[in-house]
Amino acid sequence: MNITLKIWRQHNASSKGQLVEYQLNDVPAEASFLEMLDILNEQLVLKGDEPIAFDHDCREGICGACGLYINGHPHGRLKNTTTCQLHMRKFKDGDTITVEPWRSEAFPIIKDLMVDRTALDKLIQAGGYISVHTGGVPDANAIPINKRNADLAMDAAACIGCGACVAACKNGSAMLFVGAKVSQFALLPQGQVESAERVQKMVARMDELGFGSCSNTYACQAECPKGISVTNIARMNRQFLAAKIAEPL
Amino acid sequence: MELNSKIPTGPLSEKWTKYKTEQKLVNPANKRKLDIIVIGTGLAGASAAASFGELGFNVKVFCIQDSPRRAHSIAAQGGINAAKNYPNDGDSVQRLFNDTIKGGDYRAREANVYRLAEVSNNIIDQCVAQGVPFARDYSGLLANRSFGGAQVSRTFYAKGQTGQQLLLGAYGALSKEIEKGTVKMYARREMMDLVIVDGRARGVIVRNLVTGDLERYSAHAVVVASGGYGRVFFLSTNAMSSNGSAIWQCYKKGACMANPCFTQIHPTCIPVHGDYQSKLTLMSESLRNDGRIWVPKDAEKARLLREGKIKATDIPEEERDYYLERRYPSFGNLVPRDVASRAAKERCDAGYGVNNTGRAVYLDFKEAIQRLGKQAVEEKYGNLFEMYERIVDENPYVTPMMIYPAVHYTMGGLWVDYELQTTVKGLFAAGEANFSDHGANRLGASALMQGLSDGYFVLPYTMQNYLADQINEKPLATNLPQFEEAENAVRQRITRILSINGDITTDTFHKRLGRIMWEKVGMSRTEQSLKEAIEEIKELRSEFWQKVKVPNIEGMNTELEKALRVADFLEMGELIARDALMRNESCGGHFRAEYQTPDGEAKRDDEHYAFVAAYEFQGVDNEPILHKEELKFENVELKQRNYK
Repeated sequence: MNITLKIWRQHNASSKGQLVEYQLNDVPAEASFLEMLDILNEQLVLKGDEPIAFDHDCREGICGACGLYINGHPHGRLKNTTTCQLHMRKFKDGDTITVEPWRSEAFPIIKDLMVDRTALDKLIQAGGYISVHTGGVPDANAIPINKRNADLAMDAAACIGCGACVAACKNGSAMLFVGAKVSQFALLPQGQVESAERVQKMVARMDELGFGSCSNTYACQAECPKGISVTNIARMNRQFLAAKIAEPL
Repeated sequence: MELNSKIPTGPLSEKWTKYKTEQKLVNPANKRKLDIIVIGTGLAGASAAASFGELGFNVKVFCIQDSPRRAHSIAAQGGINAAKNYPNDGDSVQRLFNDTIKGGDYRAREANVYRLAEVSNNIIDQCVAQGVPFARDYSGLLANRSFGGAQVSRTFYAKGQTGQQLLLGAYGALSKEIEKGTVKMYARREMMDLVIVDGRARGVIVRNLVTGDLERYSAHAVVVASGGYGRVFFLSTNAMSSNGSAIWQCYKKGACMANPCFTQIHPTCIPVHGDYQSKLTLMSESLRNDGRIWVPKDAEKARLLREGKIKATDIPEEERDYYLERRYPSFGNLVPRDVASRAAKERCDAGYGVNNTGRAVYLDFKEAIQRLGKQAVEEKYGNLFEMYERIVDENPYVTPMMIYPAVHYTMGGLWVDYELQTTVKGLFAAGEANFSDHGANRLGASALMQGLSDGYFVLPYTMQNYLADQINEKPLATNLPQFEEAENAVRQRITRILSINGDITTDTFHKRLGRIMWEKVGMSRTEQSLKEAIEEIKELRSEFWQKVKVPNIEGMNTELEKALRVADFLEMGELIARDALMRNESCGGHFRAEYQTPDGEAKRDDEHYAFVAAYEFQGVDNEPILHKEELKFENVELKQRNYK
């Protein structure tokens, strides 16, 4: 198939960017979206142009590195799909495809389609873990966990940290990302010990890092490639309120 | 150079305890004065860095991705083994040890493997305490499943995302230490060279992938946990940035490379479809628990399938050849990976392969869906089925999946002793980057176990034993001539590669190397194919250095990153072929067509090849020196592996 691409090019964080148009012919329908960009980059390199910078790694939808704004949607329009798992057969011959980076205050552009998502790591550092040290822990089966809760914890833990939720949100909020992590531990007995502290610290860090507030549009849930539910946000809000009253920091 | 494996004396089951009792320790006040560099944040790197931080050392940890959470361990699907024996089906530390030694085709070191089996249970305890959401049954207790090469259910799992959940657990532990300040994280950095001062590893040169600057860091010890080198084959299940350059720089600085030819070809991957393809996708081996592998009995039917004239569902039951069940009745579809991969290749080579390429076999869930119901199958494998459908555009609930073997894991790596120390003092290697525990073939769900064993439970001990002698060493200034020299060498290499300005892209060279490796150094190797490969790789390497086109861009330069890695792969491929040529036997993942039993199984030569091959670098164009570490088996009897 033949396609026209409009791709955001920006030399570095401080320079001004713009959409640049590329014509790409004979794209195989079986190619993934990123393989299509590989083909374009190969042509650019041979012409002596700079290849387009974009983040990617596992190319099987689990590492969370890739993330492109495709035709106005994070990871494109296909539900529950990361950019790397989107295939060209989902487009039509003659399509024009616009490709932009995540746009959010908390994610400054590094180059072209590559953004700096260190803020997500900093959110986890604020308390997105159980503070056990290596060794000296009880036997794994010492505390039975209700299967339903264990499954819900797994669903929340499936977040890949790509940042699509933040990019999709008109407020640039990270509530789904933080809500998923808070929920994972809120649902497990092991997470109870630090739960009040965890939720307050993570919410405070969210504000510090320049993420916006949640206004319940659910765009995050609609665009999440892993189908993380907004009920995790509700669970976090409940935890946060209870913690604020009972055990304020 | 002499290889000293430093295996503690005494009975096998007491060696690790004895080591821990007798080793030297570093007191808390001194730990604060000691720095450790960790390269890589996969399961081994992240767990080691977090554990060092908890102990009170100063840790500097580097990763190639934008975040430590993205290391390729994240892609492991199926599970992690442990000898908990929760299902009461006869498992024990001894049995996990036996299975791992046998699965590795008797080419692993007994003491290391026993220790691995011993700490496997601690790993599960640790991960549960971290909040890893392992699958549970209705009693609320942990669920298990079986995996290739084992007759017990000892695999713990978190849906089809076990690697992700374990890595996020380790990443959480790492994040905790970063917040505390004991660990300093450097993301988007790639190790370019190892710095040796007075015979000891004391630092690294890294390239900042955003600015393009070379940076220097010093420490009292360096841990390389940079993963495997499977991308030397170009197409593999490894992530795009997975590479062998960090261990290759260590090799060039004097660390021996061990058993480089032991690469694992995983049997259940989605088949290759085109030239532009950048990587292959693995479908978890856990699928073999319920999926049945077959090809048509009739070669004519296979041809019609290839030509798209009939569909898989048109082949009646009695015309299907469930060749694994036929050849290996006792293990059936659950034979180890190397056996399953070769059997698939054998059927395809004989003309029974399907897909338009003829390079695929069926993995069929029809029987499982009838037996368990579609919902139960969906619960177990739903995400894998979805992934398959997204890539292949076929519904595996209706049409059988097509699979074919692909390069997945490298058992070889830096030679390490019992303490995971390489032949360079102060340089340690962990996880897939070392060679230590899997012999010639790794069992499914054992990579996660080994990565976390090395990082959580082995290195925190052995590192102290090393550093106890280093407490009076002051932190090194990075303006020492050794750092200067290492950085200059890296700079020259970069300048050289940028100045070629040829007309062939890096990817083209990488694909050509991959083709040589797959065809001549792949699943089945011969003396002739290996000799040809060595010559062809040499020629390709010289062409690369004359004709590669790498754009000369300031700052971030993704093409340069790739070119530097491919330059190393072009050297590494030759060593792999040399090692395969030296090893005149078949064992595990290393199959030399000249050495097989009458029914086509790998034929070992224990009399002459029961050793670890460790290579010492002698210059790119010179043959390396081969050192042999004899493997002594005092606790298992060497047998022809039999999965029939």
